[in-house]
Amino acid sequence: MKNFTVAFAGNPNVGKSTIFNSLTGMNQHTGNWSGKTVGNCSGTFTYKDAHFTAIDIPGTYSLMSNSEEEEIARNYICFENPDAIVIVVDGTSLERNLNLVTQIMEINSNIILCVNLLDEAKKKGIKIDLNKLSSLLGIPVVGTIAKKKKTLINLKNIIYDVCLKKIVPTPNIVKYLPIIEDSISLLSCEYPTIPFPLNRWISLKLLSNDTKIINTISQKLNIDLNTSSINSKIDECICLLKRNDITLSNLDEILISAIMKYAEHISSKVCTYTNKDYLSKTIKIDRILTSKKFGIPIMLLFLCVLFWITIVGANYPSQILSDFFGNLKIQITNFFNSVHSPQWLTSMLVDGVYQTVTWIISVMLPPMAIFFPLFTILEDLGFLPRIAFNLDRCFKCACTSGKQALTMCMGFGCNAAGVVGCRIINSPREKLIAILTNSFVPCNGRFPFLITVAIIFISGTVSGIFSGLVAAIVVMLVVLLGILLTLLVSKILSKTILKGLPSSFTLELPPYRTPQIGKILVRSLLNRTLFVLGKAISIAAPAGLVIWLFSNINIGSLSILDFIATELDPFAKVIGLDGYILTGFILGIPANEIVLPIILMGYLKNKTLIDIENINVIGNILVSNGWNILTAINVMIFTLLHFPCGTTLLTIKKETKSIKWTLVSFLLPTICGIIICFITTSVYRLFAL
Amino acid sequence: MNICNLSDLKINKTAKILDLYCSSNIKRRLFDLGIIKDSLITPIFKSPFNDPTAYLVKGTVIALRKEDSSKILVTYL
Repeated sequence: MKNFTVAFAGNPNVGKSTIFNSLTGMNQHTGNWSGKTVGNCSGTFTYKDAHFTAIDIPGTYSLMSNSEEEEIARNYICFENPDAIVIVVDGTSLERNLNLVTQIMEINSNIILCVNLLDEAKKKGIKIDLNKLSSLLGIPVVGTIAKKKKTLINLKNIIYDVCLKKIVPTPNIVKYLPIIEDSISLLSCEYPTIPFPLNRWISLKLLSNDTKIINTISQKLNIDLNTSSINSKIDECICLLKRNDITLSNLDEILISAIMKYAEHISSKVCTYTNKDYLSKTIKIDRILTSKKFGIPIMLLFLCVLFWITIVGANYPSQILSDFFGNLKIQITNFFNSVHSPQWLTSMLVDGVYQTVTWIISVMLPPMAIFFPLFTILEDLGFLPRIAFNLDRCFKCACTSGKQALTMCMGFGCNAAGVVGCRIINSPREKLIAILTNSFVPCNGRFPFLITVAIIFISGTVSGIFSGLVAAIVVMLVVLLGILLTLLVSKILSKTILKGLPSSFTLELPPYRTPQIGKILVRSLLNRTLFVLGKAISIAAPAGLVIWLFSNINIGSLSILDFIATELDPFAKVIGLDGYILTGFILGIPANEIVLPIILMGYLKNKTLIDIENINVIGNILVSNGWNILTAINVMIFTLLHFPCGTTLLTIKKETKSIKWTLVSFLLPTICGIIICFITTSVYRLFAL
Repeated sequence: MNICNLSDLKINKTAKILDLYCSSNIKRRLFDLGIIKDSLITPIFKSPFNDPTAYLVKGTVIALRKEDSSKILVTYL
């Protein structure tokens, strides 16, 4: 079996990950917005008699600037020598995509062009002559529709042929002004060991004095580019160029202009537009979604509907699951009794481990399994960049990047994922702020807890279908509070420890795409279910055991759980909570999902033999332990604002490479939570008296 | 021929880019998006709070903040 490496490059948001997933059978996250894939990701596939390792390179518009993802992409293309590079381009905006193609052709010759989204191009009345494109560029070209697996066979064929050198691409590299070309050839003979076209590209970088890239080149290729002979030649070239009015300050623009003209020229030769107004539909929708009158209300409506569907839809499966687990529990207990297992062992396994695991599955899983696919549909549709566009002004006021709105939205899914997503923000200062404030929006693991409390204490008073709606509105208000605090805290950080002005902001608003609803449902349902089940077993089961031990091992007259709770109680009372709630949050650090089970176990002590999955029963337990509307509100606030979960903290540590900032990310939301709960409690007590 | 900053261009009015006078870092980022001398650009809609504005350039829609669009010189008929 032969082994080959194939890299997948391309502009952001051209369906690169979808093609990558189809080829490798992997489940990399896909979505309709720029910057989704950060960091290289690899998978494998076999075709005919060859084995391929596929590398997904982050999407970039160009290889010329110095952002993190462009550096990753550039370094891979320059130095890793893959057997083939597949450049995936968007058939609906070929011209702009060709810029990157042109730039990659300057560095590496083993290129295959994959024109994707041909179906969308057709819909928009764009026809592309692929044969002509191939002969103009001098590289093999394949047309694909990533959603249709059949079209990928051609791609596999070409990859196979290029890797086996049955096809040898001969790219027609862009030609600059003669004077620049002369300088390039003058310099290129200084390093004869480096093959064409890489030597030409190195000369270009030397001419434009791109020190950062030059340093990387000398390191990776192990050559000295700082010799006196090279330097004197550079000086010679600079003089030559100066005589033709080309200086360091305008060289970049001249080079990029040449690349753009080249792309424009090729695109005009191969594309025919039968419908000039192909963007009008997207623009029409955008004019409504971003209008002064409707923009913000529509966003709020979407959010509210999202929660409402989640709450109403989760009810039914939750009930079925809890009935099922309730019955099973009786049988398991009977079984343990029939084999004469000691009472403590039965209790430990059933009331500790089983109870916690089934709790997570029946109460936490259904809302997650509904919310997540719905959210993914919005993401695939292309709605997230519009949210960022609408909210950018607010983030500018907070002196941060508008892209923080995107990472914030990702936080709804999972805060750890949101923190990783912060890599799309270019300014280090703004990236750090986005990381530190990401846990100010509730993640998927916290929604079910919010929903449960909202249903019991707030919407329980309203009957019928409105009950779900009220709960949805309450949850939405909590989320809005989170967004407001994200902005406020970002602003405070920008004015104090992370001083700075907002940097420039460019955001692409991609055309809307019809989401692959079926695929999303199957994939995210399956993924989520497996994820939560995995978590239930790996975290909730041992946690259930530990908590059971905590509540059954006594220090003096109190169990450990009671002991901790009693110690924390005076402080907790000040902020309108109680010791058990605070203990729940602290012991819930491994996963926010287990906070409520811990609280309940603390309240129930050893009397755990009731079916606690039923929401009314939970309500009764909470009320009989002194919960009122204030406790409910404070618990919801504290659910929103407390230390991030263990996974998120570890991710923050990894992304910031700093214990100090990890600590800040721990303290920031916690302090906010304590302050706000203290205020609500004080106000409530003032008026209740 | 009229000359103004891109930020002052009226919605739906197409103009040609004359010059960019922002820092080189931002310039490169704008170049990547097709915002370069001689490109045609049209503001198409604004965000609910008036800023940023979405522009149509080279067949794609790009949002720019006022700080950046005010540093791009354009000419229109």
